[in-house]
Amino acid sequence: MSEEYPTMEGPVCPLPHIESDRVVMGHGSGGRMMADLIRSVFRPPLSNPVLEAENDAGVVQPTPPESLAISTDAHVVSPLFFRGGDIGKLAVCGTVNDVAMVGADPKYLTASFILEEGLAISTLQKVVASMQSSAEEAGVQVVAGDTKVVSHGEADGLYISTTGIGIPLTKNEIGGDQAQPGDVVILSGTMGDHGIAVLEARGDLGFETNVESDIAPLNHLVSVMLEASPGIHVLRDPTRGGVATALNEIARQSNVGVLIRESTLPLQPAVQAACEMLGFDPLYIANEGKLLAVVKREDAEKVLMAMRSTRYGEEAAIIGEITHEPRGRLLMETPLGSKRVVDTLSGEMLPRIC
Amino acid sequence: MKYLTEYRDADLVKKTLKKIEKTISRPWTLMEICGGQTHAIVKHGLDQLLPDEVELVHGPGCPVCVTPLELIDKAMAIASQPDVIFTSYGDMLRVPGSNGDLFSIRARGGDVRVVYSPLDALKIAQDNPDKEVVFFAIGFETTAPANVMSVLQAQNLGLENYSILVSHVRVPPAIRAILSSPSNRVQGFLAAGHVNAVMGYWEYEPIAEEFQVPMAVTGFEPLDIAQGILTCVESLEKGEYVVENAYRRAVTKAGNQTAQKIIKQVFQECDRKWRGIGVIPGSGWCLRPAFQEFDAEKRFDVESIQSEESPVCISGLILQGLKKPHECPAFGTKCTPDHPLGATMVSDEGACAAYYHYRSHLTRQGIESS
Amino acid sequence: MCLGVPGKIIEIYQAQGLKMGKVDFSGVTREACLEHVPEAEVGDYAVVHVGFAISLLSEEEAQETINLLREIVEAGENLESPGSQPPRENPS
Repeated sequence: MSEEYPTMEGPVCPLPHIESDRVVMGHGSGGRMMADLIRSVFRPPLSNPVLEAENDAGVVQPTPPESLAISTDAHVVSPLFFRGGDIGKLAVCGTVNDVAMVGADPKYLTASFILEEGLAISTLQKVVASMQSSAEEAGVQVVAGDTKVVSHGEADGLYISTTGIGIPLTKNEIGGDQAQPGDVVILSGTMGDHGIAVLEARGDLGFETNVESDIAPLNHLVSVMLEASPGIHVLRDPTRGGVATALNEIARQSNVGVLIRESTLPLQPAVQAACEMLGFDPLYIANEGKLLAVVKREDAEKVLMAMRSTRYGEEAAIIGEITHEPRGRLLMETPLGSKRVVDTLSGEMLPRIC
Repeated sequence: MKYLTEYRDADLVKKTLKKIEKTISRPWTLMEICGGQTHAIVKHGLDQLLPDEVELVHGPGCPVCVTPLELIDKAMAIASQPDVIFTSYGDMLRVPGSNGDLFSIRARGGDVRVVYSPLDALKIAQDNPDKEVVFFAIGFETTAPANVMSVLQAQNLGLENYSILVSHVRVPPAIRAILSSPSNRVQGFLAAGHVNAVMGYWEYEPIAEEFQVPMAVTGFEPLDIAQGILTCVESLEKGEYVVENAYRRAVTKAGNQTAQKIIKQVFQECDRKWRGIGVIPGSGWCLRPAFQEFDAEKRFDVESIQSEESPVCISGLILQGLKKPHECPAFGTKCTPDHPLGATMVSDEGACAAYYHYRSHLTRQGIESS
Repeated sequence: MCLGVPGKIIEIYQAQGLKMGKVDFSGVTREACLEHVPEAEVGDYAVVHVGFAISLLSEEEAQETINLLREIVEAGENLESPGSQPPRENPS
């Protein structure tokens, strides 16, 4: 009978709880077990004065800005770990990037965890360590968090929800409705890496490949781009639904046409091969470390050079341009010179036999 | 990528298209049989680049599209049963039955799983001995080797919890049915290269002769398709009604005899209903009596299910090449990939979905310049 | 009906009584059943459809087809009138 863990797990259980290497319902009860979990697993890696204060809310003192950028996201990826990344890295970078896509400098994150009963604590530790390493790279702090535990079978191991807050870097409006005919479309690197890496890790389709997820924080890339030019009209990270869906959204929001050229699309041979085999189109596959930029034509080369000088923009390429017509549509020019419409992804992508 | 990149050589494709233009002297109507070819044509915009004299009509070569409504309903009935793991190729999950689709069964708690290969379904059966595993065995001749091997292997392994729901169709009877129709306009065929990789093309020669229609065994890359069209056009211009092989790297006249033998071991010919077209005699494959125990229709007692098609959907006319998708009143309005009325809109290979997805008829009208 | 992709057989083995192979599709590998191509050897290329090799690819035929096509279309570039073609070798 250990004195270390008198449990207040309610309804109160008279039996002493024996330390476990797995998450149990008691970890979510709000009592000492949860406190212990937070202190031993969450806080050390994410440590900062705000979290150390152990209050219900984190109080921060940013330089008072005229506006704030705020974004929130839930991460439910399965499996939790895959080549090139994991759910923790995804959670931090995903929200960092959303904030960066409006031209803001991400500063603070909150992280809320839903843990499945039975999750190995060591798994949780790995995820949190990964979050910290991404947070460090991005230069953000996790200033508030929450933990809940749900029954076995209800959370695929772990779900993470994050909210990010950032300070806009520029007074210029950057948004999906700002694209102008004549603007140039730039993609920061190869398409489809993340989606294929996750699919491979899932194992259902039985293929093997070395493709690594491209999860990365893009805020430094964005600030370099903004320094290079005030003529950046749109920034968008093509996550679920891929480049095709993101460009369709921009076409619709800005009421313009978008024309891309198939031969200029950066694509890793292995990603292309996986897509061929399964019958997928890389234009629709998720990316988590790439961005699309719609830039004033005169500044395009400058922005491209600036991107290529950064770690996550080395393979940036001009992939197309904004046109007057057809409004609200994305067209692609094939290597043969024909043009076809590239629609938004509808529904789930399924491997096909035809 | 070897055997792919060379057949996408833009320069050579353009030259082949130019050659077609130089060769053709009057309009010809060609049908490409395979849904995969339709997809490739529309995706690469080949139909935009062909001379106007070539009219391509899209054939019924989409096993997803031609699977009859009753079979979808039977699949759903089986998948709804407890202790059943229903496995299927991805394309089938979205095909609408009379009431929802297999996806909706999954949403209601049914165990419906996408598999890439029937061997994956077999593995699921081995891993779940207390469940019944059913595999939706659809396909043309290309997929038959895989589907029958799963049955043979189930037999070898002594698996009692594996069965297949069969919806197999054969190309030659379909070609005959199309050519025999009084409203037929098809003058030449691009045969489905991978069907021929398995079956060869010896079955097509009597048809070509009887109906005086040339055929070209055609692959799936832009160069293959251009070459298939060139071959057909040349034959038509010369008045020759032969079957030519324009996919020689993968196809021989005799085909894959090992595969054919294995198929014949498990399957026999039978009549099959093609969604939107009706029953074509001898156009299907069914399990032989020796393999009846693997027939999911019998195992789950769903043989009596009957269904009614949507009165609005004209897939049948589209599958026979008699109408184009945008000529359907429901196209793009009541019927879209998000809420399809018929199978040609659901499957990515279906002509309606291909047209909708790439909206080729719009770019052909020059919408980008309007 | 025919999503068949060419891949190179890099390994051959038996699994549960079936001849299987590991196939490389330019950086992606997957297992495929080789029962329908019993003559397959390591190094051969096959068309793989739903996890099964349905046919082996012939390098010779592939090369010959491209060469022949090049001849036809490049010779055709010198012609002026539609309907006339160069003498065509008939592959059988």
